[in-house]
Amino acid sequence: MIADFFAMGGYAWYVWMAYGVAALAIALEIAAVRVRRKRAFDELRMSVDAPPAAAAMTRKGTAR
Amino acid sequence: MLINWFRFASPISFYPIAGSWSYAFGALAALFAGAGLVIALWIAPTDATQGDAYRIIFIHVPTAWMAMFIYLVMAGWSALALGFNTRLSAMMAQALAPTGALMAALALWTGAFWGRPTWGTYWAWDARMTSTLILLFLYLGVIALRAALEDPRRADRACAVLALVGAVNVPIIYFSVQWWNTLHQGSSISLTAAPKMAMTMLAGILVMTAAAWSYTIAVVLARVQAIIVERERGAGWLESLIQFPAGGSA
Repeated sequence: MIADFFAMGGYAWYVWMAYGVAALAIALEIAAVRVRRKRAFDELRMSVDAPPAAAAMTRKGTAR
Repeated sequence: MLINWFRFASPISFYPIAGSWSYAFGALAALFAGAGLVIALWIAPTDATQGDAYRIIFIHVPTAWMAMFIYLVMAGWSALALGFNTRLSAMMAQALAPTGALMAALALWTGAFWGRPTWGTYWAWDARMTSTLILLFLYLGVIALRAALEDPRRADRACAVLALVGAVNVPIIYFSVQWWNTLHQGSSISLTAAPKMAMTMLAGILVMTAAAWSYTIAVVLARVQAIIVERERGAGWLESLIQFPAGGSA
């Protein structure tokens, strides 16, 4: 039964490559957005706590 | 009652709204995706001619629709940004581009893996596939153009112009299957005619489309929050957010 499901009537390679890559891509996008939001906040926090010169150093390599 | 729409045009008042809507639509997306996957992989019967390979359609069609839709929405925000010089409109356009690129890439990817068992080829320089590939390049172009420009306000205008010019490609994709003899088939679902497929298959596609819509709204609003924090740094109001990073409830 389970094996039949994963076999997808002989089209396992096509079906699971499509679904698997789509799921992976969506998971990566969600992770990337979370990291980006967190990093933006970390930098904001630093720019508030630290003098501007120190904050400018952390800004490097970040998307605007 | 008169709604003050301009209230939503400022990043400060939009930030908490974006946060709570992002969570709400994220939850909706998970529900729709769960239901949609059950229909797509279990409930929908095996297709008589295509076998189980046709199940790829349940992600191919929604991602292809979203890729076109997101572009039009991005072009719409770009037009607003150019016309009214509003920061938030440009930020929305900026937030939409990566998700649009992802949807276009997934439409092409899933299409290839459907095309191979069904048509016998992963790729053909067919009008619809080629124009969808151009759509992906347009998204990547908008993203790259922004990355190349140092001044964000200048990047807003440049990206808006590119997004608007590129919008001409969307009707070309949409009508390509009518205008040219393509390998890609015509549409199976139309607003003006009965769908050419079984009801469970149609239901699966519609539920997956609802999932794609909700997901897009959720992830784009979360991204626009990040963009607001990145770009409005130095504006005093942002500092009050440090206690409540996600805005709104969570």
